[in-house]
Amino acid sequence: MSTVCAKTKPYLLHVDDCVSIEEEMRHYDDPRAASIGALKIVQKRHGWVPDDAIPVIGHFLGIPATDVEGVATFYNLIFRRPVGRYVIKVCDSVACFLTGYEQIRDEVCKQLGIGFGETTADGRFTLLPICCLGACDKGPVLMINDETHFDVSPQGIVGLLERYP
Amino acid sequence: MTADTKPLTHRVDLATPLDIRGYESQEGYAAVRKALKKMQPSEVTHLVKEANLRGRGGAGFPTGVKWSLVPMGESAPRQKYVICNADEMEPGTFKDRLLMEGAPHQLVEAMIVSGYAIQASRGYVFLRGEYVLAAERLERAIAEARAAGYLGANVLGSPWSFDLFVHSGAGRYLPGEETALINSLEGRRARPRAKPPFPQIAGLWGKPTVVNNVETLCNVPHIVLRGSEWFRGLSQGKSKDSGTKLYGVSGRVRRPGLWELPFGVTAREILEDHAGGMTEGLKLKCWLPGGASTDFLLPAHLDLAMDFDTIAKAGSRMGTGLLTVVDDSRSIISVVRNLEEFFARESCGWCTPCRDGLPWSVRLLAALERGQGQPGDIELLEQLCRFLGPGRTFCAHAPGAVEPLQSAIKYFRHEFEAGVPKPATRAVAQRTTAAQAVA
Repeated sequence: MSTVCAKTKPYLLHVDDCVSIEEEMRHYDDPRAASIGALKIVQKRHGWVPDDAIPVIGHFLGIPATDVEGVATFYNLIFRRPVGRYVIKVCDSVACFLTGYEQIRDEVCKQLGIGFGETTADGRFTLLPICCLGACDKGPVLMINDETHFDVSPQGIVGLLERYP
Repeated sequence: MTADTKPLTHRVDLATPLDIRGYESQEGYAAVRKALKKMQPSEVTHLVKEANLRGRGGAGFPTGVKWSLVPMGESAPRQKYVICNADEMEPGTFKDRLLMEGAPHQLVEAMIVSGYAIQASRGYVFLRGEYVLAAERLERAIAEARAAGYLGANVLGSPWSFDLFVHSGAGRYLPGEETALINSLEGRRARPRAKPPFPQIAGLWGKPTVVNNVETLCNVPHIVLRGSEWFRGLSQGKSKDSGTKLYGVSGRVRRPGLWELPFGVTAREILEDHAGGMTEGLKLKCWLPGGASTDFLLPAHLDLAMDFDTIAKAGSRMGTGLLTVVDDSRSIISVVRNLEEFFARESCGWCTPCRDGLPWSVRLLAALERGQGQPGDIELLEQLCRFLGPGRTFCAHAPGAVEPLQSAIKYFRHEFEAGVPKPATRAVAQRTTAAQAVA
């Protein structure tokens, strides 16, 4: 396990993640401020933040595990359960409501056989609602992982999903 | 499009934003040079005050006044911070994304000049986690600016040192409130803090901090370069407010979009001339002047100037200045239910009226939408509007949430009343429900 940072146990932070978190800590005058960044770094590796990682991050930053847990459960972009390879985030705020996000949501649900908060059995997709994505002139809008898709139509959903194998 | 009439957007290029060389060749970083070489920090603040720059994040607070509350001089704390609120998440708002993705160097320059004005030691761009492209482009711009000596120790050889970082968030709406944003930046849950003390005195890590919106900050370099009189003239006498404004329209209109226009143009001009009017076959029912937390206005209000005071006098708020247009095919209750679902979900849960009142309003609205409201529901909603209103909660989240609700009841009470069945029909509805339950 040479790629593992010695500072931690029983969850082992990947050495690259240790480096990234330390880099993140340098941006702030207090290491606690790196907690959200650290959670995002761990999430990038696993797709979500496993329970065991929480005290380890706390130890690394020198703050209580409960504080890390409090932050991890507060922010909706930190996932505390396993998610699919692709996380679909459908904007359900007012501008997309007016331009028809409900039809988009219904079509995605129909194609994947899941509802909001659920993951497909093959672990490919997780479906979540998200608040306004700041592209209201191009609604309905959704994100798949880090990519944002504009002017989405119900007819285009099948083709869009195929781009994420 | 020129720097003189459209200062904010004339250098915006979404496909390939200017790199530092291209930006410098178009007056880029000239404001940093001018401020650092020819102006005292207090002069920059004074100039911004004189220009009457008001916050573009929704509240319209005078930026220069905000800055002038920061302790200055030898006795002031060494650590001071300037934070850019780039957590654009007010439903219906899509202006800061354009500025950051299309002209990242403009914001970096703005942060440096603003940081100089309050003699900040560091700056942070608090960016919402979903703005991945903006993060990439800002990071690149910051790295270029650092390499060119605009950031780091002794900026441009001056005694002042300043560095700038992008802080990418992890979701939730509350960080848009400045004290919740500071908590979030410190790595805590984004719940608001009690004020006073105000952030200018005790903000990030207890040190003097100013928090300004992206669009607000982006005006600063232009004011420094061209002066306060020029900036006041940009609104062409249409308003007491100065400068240009990014106005936009979303909803079912012919050409939804975003335009930089003189401050104080009428809503009609924005909707009809720029957005091309409503989509064929639809009529305007009502509109939100500047985001989800502003009161609805009617078609009769379209000729009002889109500025802070005029829209306030009409009983709403200009907010972010981006119109959300509701067409006549929608029931107002469904729109308000959607808005309140958003606010209920995004409540941080810190204070009871907000945490419990907002989901309650959603349940009442959902029942009215299904035509299953109870007598007294409308009055209950009105009571919630009071109990969740200004002064009853810890921050502005719940008071903002009730703005569209109270105005919807005011203007469209008949639709709410239609959601409460008359006694006779209610008896039938109850019998039907009972029969279904048995079946």
